Amino acid sequence: MTAPAGAGPTRVGPAARTATLHPHGEPPLLTVLVTGASGFLGRAVAARIVAAGHEVYTFQRRASGVPGVIDRLGSVEDPAAVARAIDGIDAVVHLAAKVSLAGEAADFEAVNVGGTRTLLAAAADAGACRFVYVSSPSVAHAGASIVGQDALPADPDRARGDYARTKARAELIALAADSPRLRVVAVRPHLVWGPGDTQLVARIVDRARSGRLPLLGHGAALIDSTYVDNAASAIAAALEHADGVHGRAYVVTNGEPRPVAELLAGICAAAGVPAPAWRVPAALARGAGSLIEAAWQVRPGADEPPMTRFLAEQLSTAHWFDQRRTRADLDWVPEVTLDEGFRRLAASYR
Amino acid sequence: MTRPGRTHRLPAAAATPAPATLPPVGLPGLDPAFSRLVEVAESGAAAPATRTWHLLDNAARLAELGVTPVGTVLCVHGNPTWSYLWREFVTKATDAAAAGRPAWRVIAIDQLEMGFSERRGTVRPLARRVTDLGDLTDTLGLAGPVVTFGHDWGGVVSLGWAVDHPELLGAVMLLNTAVHQPEDSPIPAPLRLALAGPVLAAATVTTPAFLETTLALAHPRLSAAVKRAYRAPYRAAARRGGIGAFVADIPVDFAHESAAELDRIAGSLRDLLVPALMLWGPRDPIFSDRYLDDLVGRLPHADVHRFEAAGHLVAEDVDYAAAALTWLGECAPVVEPAATEAEAASETWPAPVVEPAATEAEADWVAGPHHPLWHYLDELRDSDETALVDMSPPGGRAPRVVSWRMLARQVRRLAAGLDLIGVRRGDRVSLLVPPGADLTAVLYACLRIGAVVVVADAGLGLRGLTRAVRGAHPDHVIGATPGLVAARALGWPGQKISVARLPKPVHRALDVSFTLAELLSLGMAEGLPASPAPGDRAAVLFTSGSTGPAKGVVYTHAQLAAVAHALHAQYGVGLGTGLVAGFAPFALLGPALGARSVTPDMDVTSPKTLTATAVAAAVAAIDATVVFLSPAALANVVATEAALTPADHRALAGVRSFLSAGAPVAEPLLAGAARLMPRASAHTPYGMTEGLLMTDITLEGIRDAAPTSLADLAGPGGVCVGCPAATTRIRISALDADGAATGELSDAPGVTGEIVVSAPHTLDHYSRLWLTDRAARRGAVAGERWHRSGDVGHFDSAGRLWIEGRLPHVIATATGVLTPVGPEQRIEGVAEIARAAVVGVGPAGTQQPIAVVETLPSGRRVALATPGLAAAVREAAGLQLAAVLVVPRLPTDIRHNSKIDRSRLSRWAETVLSGGRMSRP
Repeated sequence: MTAPAGAGPTRVGPAARTATLHPHGEPPLLTVLVTGASGFLGRAVAARIVAAGHEVYTFQRRASGVPGVIDRLGSVEDPAAVARAIDGIDAVVHLAAKVSLAGEAADFEAVNVGGTRTLLAAAADAGACRFVYVSSPSVAHAGASIVGQDALPADPDRARGDYARTKARAELIALAADSPRLRVVAVRPHLVWGPGDTQLVARIVDRARSGRLPLLGHGAALIDSTYVDNAASAIAAALEHADGVHGRAYVVTNGEPRPVAELLAGICAAAGVPAPAWRVPAALARGAGSLIEAAWQVRPGADEPPMTRFLAEQLSTAHWFDQRRTRADLDWVPEVTLDEGFRRLAASYR
Repeated sequence: MTRPGRTHRLPAAAATPAPATLPPVGLPGLDPAFSRLVEVAESGAAAPATRTWHLLDNAARLAELGVTPVGTVLCVHGNPTWSYLWREFVTKATDAAAAGRPAWRVIAIDQLEMGFSERRGTVRPLARRVTDLGDLTDTLGLAGPVVTFGHDWGGVVSLGWAVDHPELLGAVMLLNTAVHQPEDSPIPAPLRLALAGPVLAAATVTTPAFLETTLALAHPRLSAAVKRAYRAPYRAAARRGGIGAFVADIPVDFAHESAAELDRIAGSLRDLLVPALMLWGPRDPIFSDRYLDDLVGRLPHADVHRFEAAGHLVAEDVDYAAAALTWLGECAPVVEPAATEAEAASETWPAPVVEPAATEAEADWVAGPHHPLWHYLDELRDSDETALVDMSPPGGRAPRVVSWRMLARQVRRLAAGLDLIGVRRGDRVSLLVPPGADLTAVLYACLRIGAVVVVADAGLGLRGLTRAVRGAHPDHVIGATPGLVAARALGWPGQKISVARLPKPVHRALDVSFTLAELLSLGMAEGLPASPAPGDRAAVLFTSGSTGPAKGVVYTHAQLAAVAHALHAQYGVGLGTGLVAGFAPFALLGPALGARSVTPDMDVTSPKTLTATAVAAAVAAIDATVVFLSPAALANVVATEAALTPADHRALAGVRSFLSAGAPVAEPLLAGAARLMPRASAHTPYGMTEGLLMTDITLEGIRDAAPTSLADLAGPGGVCVGCPAATTRIRISALDADGAATGELSDAPGVTGEIVVSAPHTLDHYSRLWLTDRAARRGAVAGERWHRSGDVGHFDSAGRLWIEGRLPHVIATATGVLTPVGPEQRIEGVAEIARAAVVGVGPAGTQQPIAVVETLPSGRRVALATPGLAAAVREAAGLQLAAVLVVPRLPTDIRHNSKIDRSRLSRWAETVLSGGRMSRP
């Protein structure tokens, strides 16, 4: 593996990883490995870090398709591939994860916990100085409403579902690996959406189009979400400020909670499909969710279950956060408002 | 002395001995490190004997911290609790010492035979218990100052120790307790039951009924773990002998062996001159307010705070520990006074004592001799000019005209009569009389003899009124029949005096001692006692409670006279002015101003029944030039304009000023009223029960203040209430990021904060609300009398005050504080919106603003606003509202139907927006 020759910004070599400042006092330019860069958020993060002038490598099984990066393909479950990918890297932004709402517990464990452990060890061996672990607020969420709280410690024992549980364990492992040499920050963006999102937005729109999207309860639960560009800029900010904020976890949102019905209606309107018109009592949905989950264990299908208890809780209880510490510590504010996000989403459907 | 033999009323189990032990570990809130056992030699015993006590004591912890205590607080529990009651106080006092604040050693004892102290099965009468406590403090070798702190019967024991140890005593503090059973009233029913022969044993010892009943008195309920902790030392009948013995020791009559000791303690209290604090929970079926009255009578200098929602277990219901420590910091004598005084000064604000310097306009009044409230009644005592006209006197006869001569004589005779039946200077007299000539005469008679009038607004409702009257603990009640019926039915205290002559059976049934007619004839000789001094208390006014629980607002004679003067200075009401008195608080001051006043024909309990015709008739009756109306009456007066005759219009054309006070009046309504009185200037002052006239604005002023540009609309907005009244100063205490008013007092324009007022006519203090008083005076300029109004607003560059809402309704978002009134007004500009409330949800400092609206036509159920409406509301508000909810009706106060209960709405919205049930607010 060799770095592109000649052109490009000044590199901070592995020998002097943090000390060298840009001539004008700007932050040092780094060689960054972004994992999971073929995903919806990963692409945006890689592009953002490229735009900041850093040299970016990506690591995942498929090509990232992000201009200006060098893809190093492989799986986080493969230590040899990880070791190769991390060669010459100053900083890691780790997004690769198994994100689905369903699947084998062992798969979540292998990718989310094992992969993170492998990557941390490799980063330490390679002498990397910064590590941004991209997490989820669900790591500290036990199902009750979240009303203006700041990030609580990850709690695998109380987290709901295999995804949240394994992300919680991985976050604890990552933060435990924080040291003066390898400075680890956890960033937890909440409900990331935007144009090109194949997870949340696409599912909502598909279901709404076929009339299968119910509102849970009265739809008034306040939910904060994160427009994809804001999530990306926050993760990039965490990378820049890692030396000052390492060892901590930050929830990232737009800071604009809205009733879940309004959010869904906004997404549907942007996509030109009808907003959900029928309601399912929230308690019923939660009950049905766990039933379906149980049935799915017995007869797993190709897709994931239509409703899980976790999702039912997510959509019928409040989830909004205290963003003061995040904004102050990361010196970051969201650039794209909710309304502007909906406009951009609508433009992507035209 | 101890009498092992006298246990016959209790079962044998009660006499089971047991050694003292330490409490089990793991009791919630109790740090085992505070527990210790102390052996004490019993004084006066026939043979040398020792008793072992369990107590909580933070002395060792203070020594570890390396701090020297400024004094000791000796806490004595009652029956059937134990030192666990004081855990919070021990902890908080120790934490305060650790944080560098004055260190108080706290000792909380378990009385012998109680808690985890030794059980001998002996009965310990009150005198023995007082001696026991002295034996303990001798053993501990306490040096002064010692502050006693007692609850329930422990209050009596602690006071017994206090009167016996004057050389050590620094102060006394009490939670609900009693030292005296009034001869004329039975002891509380629950205790009467418990004392009934066989019941006593069963209720207190054989079963835990007495214990369980006590634990059930907490508001809100105790957690199961805390209940278990209270039960810990009383698990079996053998452990409960002390509970039974304690109940049996209540002196039910003079013959009881503890009656003499109780009398000795109660009698000695009047000689206790040390600072005293009483923290009281009025929702107590045993130690009700009458016992507080009795204690205040014995320790009249005591600071009192009644926690309206709290009951017998006041220590569990409210943060009594913080209150007690705050009070100790300010009021209790300590060791090394020089060092701690300087410290205290840096932490607390000096009590304001004087008004700010008089403005030039009031210099003549202030410089002159004190103008007592009855000044004109004396000056015009020989005048046959009209003083009062009652358009609808009781009985429905023709208008009743009262001359100055007649009024002055009535007042003198009533005053003399009241004096003769034993109404004394400083006695509280509750007036349950509708406005009119009778109320005016009774009011001035009471003021003249120095009795303190208690006036509660009928708008409080019966429940609020009852709490207000009980809280004010009147010595006498003067009432019209409905008031006396309520007083009888609800057991309000005080000697009853009827306004009307009543048939004998009714007279008896209502427990009436005298009628006004009897007082008038008794007082025929007009023998008057000495006049009260300007600084004496004159009145307790109860607020409507629309902005919280009813609070008694105390005014002195000088302060009430200053209210009259403020009206004179602001509106020119004075000698000979004709005044229509449609708004009670100001109307009653007519005679004090020398004004001729008339009460219009209206149902006082329902001001909105007042008609335009009735106003015109009142104006015509005395050629009135000034008209005072309540805002609630205004709408109907304007609505009934069509019924006015040309003569009515001519009468109304003579009015020079017109005033509507009590709640903000919208411009269209004030303009409508102004059209009825074309030559009058229309005013709507801003004020509160605590300061009746703070600012004034005219109709023209309201129009001038209307926003004229988009820039105006973008500001904080609010309701413009004009400039400070003639004798009033107003400052703003700016809000911090959490919405707390922490700023220095300032009159800088454009700064939003709490409105703080100072005037000769603001209240003296709140009745029995020491903590509230302290909070209302916080941050005052040293040596001046300032009052925090709880309202939030700002000055504009023209010096006009704008009200933006109430302090608890401020929304503290992550990007700054918001006030509700401005955005609400902007939202109400949306065509579909009838009324709007903007409230915050979430924790202070990171709250989200939301709007709750009533629509036109009103929605039938609670729902999220449609996307279109939500967008329009957000746009108008100019705020990133997290949600817009539509409700059929916003919750408002009963009295004005105008003040939206935003605190309640906020709590409701937080539930709904967390996924809770979409109930009505």
